[in-house]
Amino acid sequence: MAVRTYLQAISDGLREEMRRDERVFVIGEDVGVYGGAFKVTQGFQSEFGPWRVLDSPLAETAIVGACTGASMMGMRPVAEMQFADFVSCAWDHLVTVAAKQHYRAGSPLPFVVRLPSGGGFSGGPFHSQNPESSFAHIPGLKIVCPSTPEDAKGLLVEAIRDPNPVLYFEHKHLYRRIKGEVPEGDWTIPFGEARVHRAGSDLTIVTWGAMVHTADEAAARAAERDGTSVEVLDLRTITPWDRTAVLSSVARTAKLLVLHEDTRTAGFGAEIAATVAEEAFELLDAPILRVAAPDTPVPFSPPLEKAFIPQVDDVLRAIDRLASY
Amino acid sequence: MVAREAAAVATPAEARAAGLDQEDLLLIYRHLLVTRGIEERGHILYRQGKIPGSFYTGRGNEAGAVGVGFAMGLDDVGCPIQRDMGVHIARGTEPWRIFAQYLGRVDGFARGRDGNVHMADFRLGLVAMVSHLPAMAPVAVGAALAFRLRNQPRVAVAWSGDGATSRGDWHEALNFAGVRQLPVVFVIDNNGFAYSTPNALEFPSGRLADRATGYGFEGVVVDGTDVLAVHREARRAIEKAREGGGPTLLEIVTLRMEGHAVHDDAFYVPKGLHEAWAKRDPIERYRAFLAEHVPGFAEERDDAIRLEVKQLLNEAVRRADESPLPDPATVLDGVYVDPAELDAPHHK
Repeated sequence: MAVRTYLQAISDGLREEMRRDERVFVIGEDVGVYGGAFKVTQGFQSEFGPWRVLDSPLAETAIVGACTGASMMGMRPVAEMQFADFVSCAWDHLVTVAAKQHYRAGSPLPFVVRLPSGGGFSGGPFHSQNPESSFAHIPGLKIVCPSTPEDAKGLLVEAIRDPNPVLYFEHKHLYRRIKGEVPEGDWTIPFGEARVHRAGSDLTIVTWGAMVHTADEAAARAAERDGTSVEVLDLRTITPWDRTAVLSSVARTAKLLVLHEDTRTAGFGAEIAATVAEEAFELLDAPILRVAAPDTPVPFSPPLEKAFIPQVDDVLRAIDRLASY
Repeated sequence: MVAREAAAVATPAEARAAGLDQEDLLLIYRHLLVTRGIEERGHILYRQGKIPGSFYTGRGNEAGAVGVGFAMGLDDVGCPIQRDMGVHIARGTEPWRIFAQYLGRVDGFARGRDGNVHMADFRLGLVAMVSHLPAMAPVAVGAALAFRLRNQPRVAVAWSGDGATSRGDWHEALNFAGVRQLPVVFVIDNNGFAYSTPNALEFPSGRLADRATGYGFEGVVVDGTDVLAVHREARRAIEKAREGGGPTLLEIVTLRMEGHAVHDDAFYVPKGLHEAWAKRDPIERYRAFLAEHVPGFAEERDDAIRLEVKQLLNEAVRRADESPLPDPATVLDGVYVDPAELDAPHHK
């Protein structure tokens, strides 16, 4: 197995699917000549040509709308939002047309929108958001949030082959920071299967995306400090999400912390907490806790941004509170 | 450069030059009658309380819709809107399934999951509209992009109303199509009113078709009461796109002889305009053309076609009414796609 960065794994998955399936094409702002704002499609245009790696006008609805139309005609488009934040400009199309077209009209729409998301480097209010929760409320869309290079590749290939519109949130702060072994060859990771990132027995942290690594660091420090054994469960996909894995982990640990980088109110953590409260109330030894960003826009200046994004210490405090029960 | 004003089609010879023989002329007439007949019967069913929700018609727009629908090729794709029943009819949509759609039955195209004219027979290359107009304009552009990527000689047609041209997605669609010179035709059903809002409060330019210049392609204005002129201009635009000539913006100046929907009495339409529209009824205009130019039309063909259409629609309503309502237990079905559907024949 080769060691790849998270970003390289995304590029690999996309490139291999384009080689394997001529229906797959890439569309987005600056994805062609420039290779994408984060260079995920660097070199693609010289390999696949200017139409299969298509530089679009600065028009997110046109990009996503084109994916709907092209996928309806049997293509497998992969769109890039330059930043996940800009998907707000295509919200109407995704929610109004793409999410509902199969339910009401029976048309499969096999396309993927890649969304470089997340903060951690002073991107400010418009280049740092994690808008996955708002889409989780929309039936008809699938939502993927990988945290490791292996998952990034396997879930992207799965997303491209999935017959539904898939929003693929790739966390910018993981692009070059996170490396890992990635199997070679043609393989995929099915949606809706959580992964135990770190096994533990005293409490469960359910999380996804970049927060998997924050949770892992907090769990390591808790173990080192006083032997608290924390299980970190990486959901990997939000729609569908693996209720069974969450409930079975909670059945063993009896304590649950939900952690996400998106803001707190009506974030997806609330859905997980409510489900566990409904399904496993009698198994719990402590209240379900949430650690999430506060309900503010993502601030720009480093000390403010640090106060916004959940930090290892925030997670440790929640671990301590759960441990006190 | 401003939009070209298309001339009327005054003789069968001019229609022949646009590829229509006498049987085509009569078929177009039949399509017009079926189009209006479906909506008239739907309106009655609605008033009888048999159709849930609201009910929209395209009365006055039949010629625009049939003219463009008839000009499309077999493998072309279209995204019609709520005044464009004629597109569905010209493409071969079965009327009984349209009534089943109105009635919320399982044989409606949306299987009861969506209502009224939010429907399409995808096997006929039609895409079901949504309420947020012109949301399907970028979809048509995407279809055209797929045709371009595969070098297929196919064309996409996107409809919008005059009101929908105020929206950003309309601009995004036309701009993208112009940049890439994609095989797509943009049709505007300009009936003068977006719900109650007149053209003068909707856009400041003289003609919507003039905007085509800014997108790098041709704009054409055509009289929507002249089905043969609409057909000729649509055919030109579609064949131009098919041959690599890029998009066209076709503004059909049409009529809205009824309110936005059946609940709307259109009191805001200036006094006398409805009467003026009635005098320009596109079906009456075409009937007069056929009576003048097609031997035997006024004497027998007209009556024979009307009778045939009446019988067709009687049977369609009867058959639709036999279609069952959806089983509530199926409410969860179809939010996501079964992967096996992807390789179904209609998904070409």
